[in-house]
Amino acid sequence: MAEKIVTAPLAQLTPEMVLLKERFGDAIQPAEYEGIVIANDRLLEVAQAIRDDLGYDYLSSLTGVDYFDKGYFETVYHAYSLARGGGPLVFKARTPRDANAAEIPSVVSIWGSAEFQEREAYDMFGIRYTGHPDLRRILTWEGFAGYPLRKDWKEAYYEQDHKPFDSRWPGGHHVPAEERVQFHDNVTVSSETFNVESFTPEAEQLLYSGIIPIPGSGNGHGLHTDSVVVNLGPQHPSTHGVFRLVVRLSGETVEDLKPVMGYLHRNHEKIGERNTFSQNMPFTDRLDYLCSMSNNFGYALAVEKLMAVKPPERTEYIRVIMAELTRVMNHLAFCGFLTNEMGAFFTPFIYAFEERELILDLFEMASGSRMMCNYFRFGGLARDISDEFVQRLRHLVFERLPQKTDEMENLITTNEIVRARAIGVAVLPRAAAISLGAAGPLLRASGVPYDVRKAEPYSIYDRFDFDLVTGTNGDVYDRYLVRIGEIRQSIRILKQALEQLPVGEIQTGKKAYQTRVPAGQAYGRVEAPKGELGFYVVSDGSPNPYRYHVRATCFINLGSLATMARGGKLADAIIGLGSIDTTMGEVDR
Amino acid sequence: MYGLGIAKGMWVTFTHFVDTYVQDAQYLFRSAKYRSSRLPERQGPKTARGLFTVEYPREKLQMTENYRNIPFLVYNSTTGQERCTSCGICAKVCPPQCIWIVRGSDPETKRPKPEPVEFTIDATICMSCGYCAEFCPFDAIKMDQNYEMGTYDRWNDLVLTKDRLMKPDTYHYQIHPSAKDAEAANIAKSEKAKNR
Repeated sequence: MAEKIVTAPLAQLTPEMVLLKERFGDAIQPAEYEGIVIANDRLLEVAQAIRDDLGYDYLSSLTGVDYFDKGYFETVYHAYSLARGGGPLVFKARTPRDANAAEIPSVVSIWGSAEFQEREAYDMFGIRYTGHPDLRRILTWEGFAGYPLRKDWKEAYYEQDHKPFDSRWPGGHHVPAEERVQFHDNVTVSSETFNVESFTPEAEQLLYSGIIPIPGSGNGHGLHTDSVVVNLGPQHPSTHGVFRLVVRLSGETVEDLKPVMGYLHRNHEKIGERNTFSQNMPFTDRLDYLCSMSNNFGYALAVEKLMAVKPPERTEYIRVIMAELTRVMNHLAFCGFLTNEMGAFFTPFIYAFEERELILDLFEMASGSRMMCNYFRFGGLARDISDEFVQRLRHLVFERLPQKTDEMENLITTNEIVRARAIGVAVLPRAAAISLGAAGPLLRASGVPYDVRKAEPYSIYDRFDFDLVTGTNGDVYDRYLVRIGEIRQSIRILKQALEQLPVGEIQTGKKAYQTRVPAGQAYGRVEAPKGELGFYVVSDGSPNPYRYHVRATCFINLGSLATMARGGKLADAIIGLGSIDTTMGEVDR
Repeated sequence: MYGLGIAKGMWVTFTHFVDTYVQDAQYLFRSAKYRSSRLPERQGPKTARGLFTVEYPREKLQMTENYRNIPFLVYNSTTGQERCTSCGICAKVCPPQCIWIVRGSDPETKRPKPEPVEFTIDATICMSCGYCAEFCPFDAIKMDQNYEMGTYDRWNDLVLTKDRLMKPDTYHYQIHPSAKDAEAANIAKSEKAKNR
């Protein structure tokens, strides 16, 4: 086969980018497909200008890409303006693909949300972000060998670069997975040089040294006291999953806190690069397993952007219905979880789950599965919904769900114990929320009226009449109220969508098992129940995505936990964590 | 008034408490409660109240038609003809790559023959996404609804070979009642296209 030489078109510069170019000259170059490339030595300067002068105060996504053939690593930034809404400013920074010396300046000092994301990019690509305050691995374990998202890294079950594997057909004799393990015991470290007993990972020491007590700091009353470092977990933090908090305590007051995650890490993104485009769809279900429909939505949007396909009207409505049902369900479950965290063990939780059960029944009816829906296709849906579905949904939306919301409000909103535990607890100030990249209800509770559905309407959200719910204090109680308000708004959207639901086709074009996606880059984002969920997809025109990145809301939202918890009591830190509403499946990916 | 909020909350709990007894009174005798014919009523979106969970395994829910679990292969129950033609689309589209197919060839002519020699699905790897059934052009692979697959023997019970995967089309139509008409329409359509 003749080698195809593809020269990617350079991006058109937007007026803002032209402004930047005029100001910074050669430090700014147009990039392929979209955005600009900023020279490393002036990156911080330009980033400062992007935030302060152009008003892009919210760094939504930061991720690496390994351009193996072109010989460089790239970091892609997507910055948004919270005040103006609208699309992103995409900018990129590059460093030669040198195994040990890949370096890019860190932008943590400008956008706090870069802290976790740069750590992730370092973990996955080995790009060193100079100036990062705490550059350690974040998702893989401390002794992990190699950088898994580099194109030359191979996993233990490696078979071939891309699916479908040749060994499956036509000569597919079954070989058990265990026999296919390349290293036979699933690790790359040789047992001769590695001794588990004496192994102390460097990064573990770094973790503790970042949080170690200041000796003899005292309590301000002339008494000499020491603070202690306590490991909460892996597991407890009210068991949202396997998660660990390293806390420095003075008495019962949290002085500092660091979340440790990655216990559920499975390298979703590497799997995504091995998969074909359509094969990724069921994997997105497993990110935030409470809201699989929203995950499907985000991924479908990103790929449809690349394919320039628009789904038919009926599909758009059904998608909105599914996404809003997911939101109702997730927020109901949140109310249950939150009371759980406050010590009301499981009774309110089960009440919240009753209506969730009925919603899941609907999901099963439409998609065939309660939680792992795999319902969206590029330009369409897996199958149409039936009349019975619509009837049931109608009853649910017009009668049961509003009743349930009232019931949850009766149960929780005015309850004195809840108010005592929630008001003024785990406060996240407005400025910190923006800087730390908090998204969704967390951001809105801190008083920022920002919702992707309003700011950059996707699908058909611009047709519906609904309000943004915002809080003022940014405490746990506000986060709860915002979510209750959002349930009501979602019911409003559902009512309108049901009234307007058109009949017609559900699929644009023919549904094919192989999706042809033209070369390009796209960032699709949706307002998932937990916040902004983004998918960054790079296609090189082959059947498999070249790069597939998930901007995981829960992961980035966790970055604001330390700010919330500092100075509060330990038990409040747990409620703070609960009020972020995390799902470990999405945090760890 | 302080404590009013708690009282309101307790009232919610109390109504739930009463609801469970209302339900018991409705299905006065316990034997009636566990009758599966009562399930749609107890579970129904309009009538579900109180404790509307299902007491598995004493009672089991009727699965919706779209419910999917593990794939199976369909053969014609009267002629014994297998629908599968070993085209390999299911193996190619499978996200976790758990389908293994050996295509057969005729011993005399050496040409490929449609029926697969081996067809293996590793149920331990299958993620129940339903892509194989969705994209099969011959309606040969369908999603089963049998969810009771727990076993002690992984290799013998969960690596499903062809003889265990093959199920008659009568079973297929039983769990997917609307499939019969849809498939007949499909066949008619392709016949028409062939004759043209």
